[in-house]
Amino acid sequence: MIRDITLGQYYPTDSVLHRLDPRVKLCGTMVYVISLFLFQSFTGYIVATVFLVSMIALSHVPVKFMFRGLKAIIFILIFTGILNAFLTPGRELVSFWKITITIEGVRLAAFLVLRIIYLIIGSSIMTLTTTPSNLTDGLEKSLGWLKIFRIPVHEIAMMMSIALTFIPVLVEETDRIIKAQQARGADFESGNIIRRAKAMIPILVPLFVSAFRRANDLAVAMEARCYHGGDGRTKMRPLKYAARDYIAYLVLLGYLAAIIAVGIIF
Amino acid sequence: MSIIVNHVDHIYNPGTVFEKKALCDVTFSVENGEYIGLVGRTGSGKSTLVMHLNGLMKPTSGGIFYDGADIASEGYDLRELRGKVGVVFQYPEHQLFEEDVFADVCFGPRNLGLDKSEVEIRAYEALKAVGIRDEQLYVSPFDISGGEKRRVAIAGVLAMKPEVLVLDEPCAGLDPAGRDEILAIADYLHDNLGITVIIVSHSMDDLAEHVHRILVMNDGQLVMDGSAREVFGHRDELESIGLAVPEVTAILSDLKKAGLPVRDDLITVEEARDEILRVFGK
Repeated sequence: MIRDITLGQYYPTDSVLHRLDPRVKLCGTMVYVISLFLFQSFTGYIVATVFLVSMIALSHVPVKFMFRGLKAIIFILIFTGILNAFLTPGRELVSFWKITITIEGVRLAAFLVLRIIYLIIGSSIMTLTTTPSNLTDGLEKSLGWLKIFRIPVHEIAMMMSIALTFIPVLVEETDRIIKAQQARGADFESGNIIRRAKAMIPILVPLFVSAFRRANDLAVAMEARCYHGGDGRTKMRPLKYAARDYIAYLVLLGYLAAIIAVGIIF
Repeated sequence: MSIIVNHVDHIYNPGTVFEKKALCDVTFSVENGEYIGLVGRTGSGKSTLVMHLNGLMKPTSGGIFYDGADIASEGYDLRELRGKVGVVFQYPEHQLFEEDVFADVCFGPRNLGLDKSEVEIRAYEALKAVGIRDEQLYVSPFDISGGEKRRVAIAGVLAMKPEVLVLDEPCAGLDPAGRDEILAIADYLHDNLGITVIIVSHSMDDLAEHVHRILVMNDGQLVMDGSAREVFGHRDELESIGLAVPEVTAILSDLKKAGLPVRDDLITVEEARDEILRVFGK
């Protein structure tokens, strides 16, 4: 159950997407997310689907992993779907008691749910094909200009990268603590909601303690290696665009143009 | 009471790039009152095997039988099993969470559904068995020393009155004094309380003087199973899989290679001393 979280879980394999510069992928994800809101028509969804499917194919990541991230938001999806189907006014499809489902409602619900799914999968592709350190490198570099507004870009990027690298560590730790408490007879499955909430205490307290301990250890380790923030720090692998990155930008531009065209025409 | 592990395989994440075979055709049995050491290098599958013993993991194939019943079968009461097969994981002090030491130790027996007085009696007995003093009972478990934390965590499992106690790397990260304390507790539980004890370790020196039988794991397979003496007689095989014989055994076997007529199947310091003195005719 706890291992379902895909966000921040890099899938190690070799593909064109894995080799792309993280800045391209960041920009691509952003363009894709925005593009999902630029059209209303069926044709638009075809274009977005074709693009998403080809990205999934290019990524060499098993589709199973993409869909794992959806499990976490299944309730949001159901909720959005139902609410929209019931509450949108329009031509009646079926009606019973006081509830009416309209054709427009079903259409809107389907599109909205699809949009959320595409959003999650789209961003999953980025995190699955980019290592956390690469991702924050990309962020730091593409947002570097914010420094003139005294925004501590490096520090934020560093915090993000630490948070991302620690997600799997904490997930594993949680798993370990759950097992240890289960070995002491703890029961997390039965009882009413209050009992279940109480059953989380034996997991949460040790988890917090260990998170603080790890944070402290990490701080000491960074100090010991003379970490003093971003000024004057050099990179072992500085980011540099290659030919494939420019091609990727062109593809992205093509996609965006297609979506905008579809949005205007249909 | 007996545990039978019958041709157990376990594969992590089958069908993905993360697929890893952790256990491969492991077969052995444990009888009542045994004192066993389970050794193997890091990643040899020891911890995975341990989690199978109390049903925290299910074998991919094969079966585990406790008192003749298959613990993976439908409807088997796993909570009752976890009361009978107590497992103390690596760094067990990381599982402490209650406000005071006594309350934390009560957690296990309370989960067994016992009444309050029985829970408290068991907790108190368990804390005494691991040598926690009365004045420490109501101290926060985060305010005591590392060695004490570990003993409290062991008491937390012991309070469930298990028939089998599995200690996974109980000495990891402790100083020699702390290590001796923990091993002395294990001895006490086995000798005086009649508990079947299984100690998991990668250090032969920890085990040699304590356990009666040693199981050796390598790459998910059980490669040796015998008395401490039998197992330590296979120095070359052990070294080829990244393990070592106890230091005294190594010294004796080096002496023998150098031409002294000493026995090389001795495992404790006392035995080795007597043997060397004997050879020199004192």
